[in-house]
Amino acid sequence: MNDTELEQQIRDALYSVAPDLADQPLDPAQPFRDQFDFDSMDFMHFITELARRTGVQVPERDYPQLATLSGALAYVRGQRA
Amino acid sequence: MSAFRMPSLGADMDDGTLVEWMKQPGDHVRRGDAIAAVETQKGAIEIESFETGVLDDIRVQVGEKVPVGTVLAMIRTDGEAESTAPSAPPTPPSPPAGEPARTSVPSVPAPASAAGSIGNVRITPAARQRARERGIDMATVARGPDGVIGLREVDAAASSAGPSRAPAAAKPGLDLAEMRKAIAAAMARSWREIPHYFVRSVLDMEPMLAWLEQRNADRPVAGRLHYAVPLIKATALALKAVPVLNGQRDDDGGFRPADAVHLGIAIALRGGGLVAPAILDAERLDLDTLMQRLDDLVRRVRTGRLRSSEMTAATATFSNLGEHTADALQPVIYPPQVAIVGCGCIAERPWAEANALSVRRTLEVTVGGDHRVSDGRSAARLLNDLARRLSHPEQL
Repeated sequence: MNDTELEQQIRDALYSVAPDLADQPLDPAQPFRDQFDFDSMDFMHFITELARRTGVQVPERDYPQLATLSGALAYVRGQRA
Repeated sequence: MSAFRMPSLGADMDDGTLVEWMKQPGDHVRRGDAIAAVETQKGAIEIESFETGVLDDIRVQVGEKVPVGTVLAMIRTDGEAESTAPSAPPTPPSPPAGEPARTSVPSVPAPASAAGSIGNVRITPAARQRARERGIDMATVARGPDGVIGLREVDAAASSAGPSRAPAAAKPGLDLAEMRKAIAAAMARSWREIPHYFVRSVLDMEPMLAWLEQRNADRPVAGRLHYAVPLIKATALALKAVPVLNGQRDDDGGFRPADAVHLGIAIALRGGGLVAPAILDAERLDLDTLMQRLDDLVRRVRTGRLRSSEMTAATATFSNLGEHTADALQPVIYPPQVAIVGCGCIAERPWAEANALSVRRTLEVTVGGDHRVSDGRSAARLLNDLARRLSHPEQL
């Protein structure tokens, strides 16, 4: 799976948790929390959706690495390599 | 035969717009089944039946806005014959028959009407939402015969305007400006009428978090607990132990302590807005079930519908500011409840205990209480009970 497809999976996980974000610009380097009022429950739902879609089970200690789109992309890519 | 009425879903609700019949005449309904959806300032709410029987006669059509107490439909309880008279004369507003004894709220002049306005034109929230979804400019919509712009008027404007534009991606049926009015009305009333007191403590969260981290480490993502879950369970148990903080005030100013803890959970919406639907019997649920209920509630607050029982049953409220926020939250009681528990974010603080100083993760918890019913010592008991329970998380 290439980066474009992986990124789409991450976006799909994000938008399934927060459909209202789908038509908003997304800065890949800024934490979801700061961009969108994304709280820790949203984040937990996002990680759950990501696991369902990509098979990647993120341990809690790694959560901070997935705070941004680019961070999540790098993490998922690393886990699947 | 019993009447299924437009319920009051909060201290500030005067009327609601029926947006969907979820059951049809002739359908069997059980007590607790959602029968209709009503649009309120807090979004669309599913109204549940207090009766078991057959939905007989629908009296209010989709799109109609009616006052609280209006008969929406009749329910033929089991064994009764089908009605021959299609509609009875309207009856004055009163609580539905069979409704569990519960405090209803004394009526206060509601500053915010459920219909917003542009200039002097009143627009219902449902109409506003539909206009937004279809890209209709409100200024182009002709008002109806009663001077109000409702769904019918917007639909008429939409059909003359041609193909619809892309819908705005917001929660259906929710107008954040209307929700803000509802919050303002409820909180202004609370602050005006309730002699609040506040009691706070900083609690050691280290035992609970250490236990939780270990538990979550062994589980797949979907089976993990959010830290709010043990906190909610401990709060519910502590409220159960201090009955003077758990219940509702009734119309006569009397306090009715509740047997169960139906804990309202304050949930924020992106873009502003706050709703505090209840998790019923929170003190009796195991942690995994509580996690599922919380998940479900958060998702429905943000993208779906709440149910009428969740909007009216809360016996106390839990408000957690959450991670990366601020040290403490001084909460305002949601009437007719008499207490609220507010939490800041978990933060490392110096901790002195047994003549030693260490750094621990801690949480500042503030209890707001109603002096007409209790005083600060009761809240202090609640905090001490909560602290004790959080130091033995495995027992939650």
